[in-house]
Amino acid sequence: MSATTTSVRIPPHEATPDRRHKKRHWPTIVFVTVMAIMWLLPLVWALYTSLRPKADTDKYGYFSIGGHFNFQNFIDAWTQGGFPIYFWNSVMITVPAVILTLFFASMMAFAVSRYSWKFNITLLIMFTAGNLLPPQVLAAPLFELFKHTALPYWLSDSGTLLNTYVSVIAANTAFQIGFCTFVLSNFMKAIPHELTEAARVDGASVWRQYWNVILPLTKPALAALGTLEVIFIYNDYFWPLIFIQSGDRLPVTTAINNLQGQFLSNYNLLAAGAIITVVPTLIIYLVLQRQFVAGLTLGANKG
Amino acid sequence: MTVTSARTQKTTASGQGELPARKRRRLRQFTRRDVVVLSIMVGIPTLIQLCLVWLPTLFSIGLSFVRWNGLDFSDMKWAGWGNYQYVFQDYTQFWPAVLHNIIWLLFLGVIGTPLGLLLAVLLDQAIRGTRIYQSIFFAPVMLSLALIGIIWQLFYSQDNGLLNFLLGTAGKPNAIDWLGNPSVNLWAAMVAATWRHAGYVMILYLAGLKSVDPGLREAASLDGANSWQSFFSVVFPAMKPTNIIIVVITIIESLRAFDIVYVINKGTNGLELLSVLVIQNLIGEGQVIGVGSALAVVLLVISLVPIVFYLARTFRREA
Repeated sequence: MSATTTSVRIPPHEATPDRRHKKRHWPTIVFVTVMAIMWLLPLVWALYTSLRPKADTDKYGYFSIGGHFNFQNFIDAWTQGGFPIYFWNSVMITVPAVILTLFFASMMAFAVSRYSWKFNITLLIMFTAGNLLPPQVLAAPLFELFKHTALPYWLSDSGTLLNTYVSVIAANTAFQIGFCTFVLSNFMKAIPHELTEAARVDGASVWRQYWNVILPLTKPALAALGTLEVIFIYNDYFWPLIFIQSGDRLPVTTAINNLQGQFLSNYNLLAAGAIITVVPTLIIYLVLQRQFVAGLTLGANKG
Repeated sequence: MTVTSARTQKTTASGQGELPARKRRRLRQFTRRDVVVLSIMVGIPTLIQLCLVWLPTLFSIGLSFVRWNGLDFSDMKWAGWGNYQYVFQDYTQFWPAVLHNIIWLLFLGVIGTPLGLLLAVLLDQAIRGTRIYQSIFFAPVMLSLALIGIIWQLFYSQDNGLLNFLLGTAGKPNAIDWLGNPSVNLWAAMVAATWRHAGYVMILYLAGLKSVDPGLREAASLDGANSWQSFFSVVFPAMKPTNIIIVVITIIESLRAFDIVYVINKGTNGLELLSVLVIQNLIGEGQVIGVGSALAVVLLVISLVPIVFYLARTFRREA
């Protein structure tokens, strides 16, 4: 930004502290710091509230610094809110959905990016567009479809696909395949054709070219997309809301709605519940932030 | 990321000429088994996509022309344009919802997206601790919109919320019920949505800014452009792909907005949005599938505008 020849030699994206220009940045730093504090306020407030016993906030008010600080709200929210079962439900939905999405999307991406045949662009367009639709558009027909898919009762206690993990997994998978196919096909196109060519000359079947040649080279993109999809599907609120009726089968994200009713005006418990649901994403954020950001920008940089 | 897109372009460019010959050669050398495997690899994802995304979309259009309570298929009656007529003329919540969606879009477009761009530009400079700032602004992107609704409820609460405390009105009669008052709750919800949206835009623009050739800025500054000029006439236009994505994301996010308002009060009392009306008519008492589907089709038609625009731009080069 600084219009001197000395500063342009520094790559603009690298945060190298440049002593001569640090002074110029102070308005920026003030602005960014103020914004950052504002950004953190809602989160810090939730965390602060969650650490205080209800009795103390009743006594001193929510805007006080007196009283005790402990993790009792978290313990109470965890047991009263039924978190273990919600987290289990989230796992049962997220893990299969992410694996299926990546598996199907990588096959599709392999086929459309490594071979050219008549309809591959058409299919790719169809897949990409599918992911951009508002999910509410498909809600009614999918609901009816699942409602009228009769299943034996030993398989599903509703007798249909409704109220099952499968319904949510299917909807999420179908919805996410489009985006993943788009990203992976762009990634795979960049892998030199000579590699699969050589494998083919050596007699490798299509499946081996996919599984043993292309897929290992696609690992960085798969890792980034996997992280992104775990967050997306864990954060999905809509499909369980539509398909799952019994509360004990809801994933965490949709179940927090019930906490509001359950904890009524006990903001301390509600805040603790909210923080608990953040923990898995927070862990992923801290451990795999780079992957997550890569996943987000992977899809966006090609336009 | 930059490497990826650059490589993609190179491959498509150089691959163009050899493709037909290569294709013929390859097709001849497919074994029977390869053809079967390849059809399965394409077939299963395509089938999933067709059955669970595109056919339901078509059925939504079909259902918008019937009168149905969602129970028995035999109760289904042809309604012609009746549902649309009802939606446009008699459904009192429809036009407010459209207006709310437009306000939502404008708010994200005028405040959320530019704020994200501003943060990206500022944090792209060599300032100390830029990574920490980036992480802070990016944090809400990891959270679900439903959770954001809850967290901001704690912040907005009339008697116990931090905002009224900071304004000095908490506990007093003039304390604003930020989420309960229909004249302000839409704005309160949009601020919460912006909290997430701006971070998302920031991260995309940070990647976009890195992909801009530093030589461009150098050239601009050598030509005597100040940093303002060099950004708007050189850097910003150079980020065209990112700009397009962000326009599309902003529009689609504001059409999809649902979770936040549904968590706050199920999208009533000033928080009506098209997406919410669709769901209110589909679930809940007295299902009116026809009306819900007509609303879904309206939403679909509006969404197709940015979708088609984006696809046309993205695939024009390849088709």
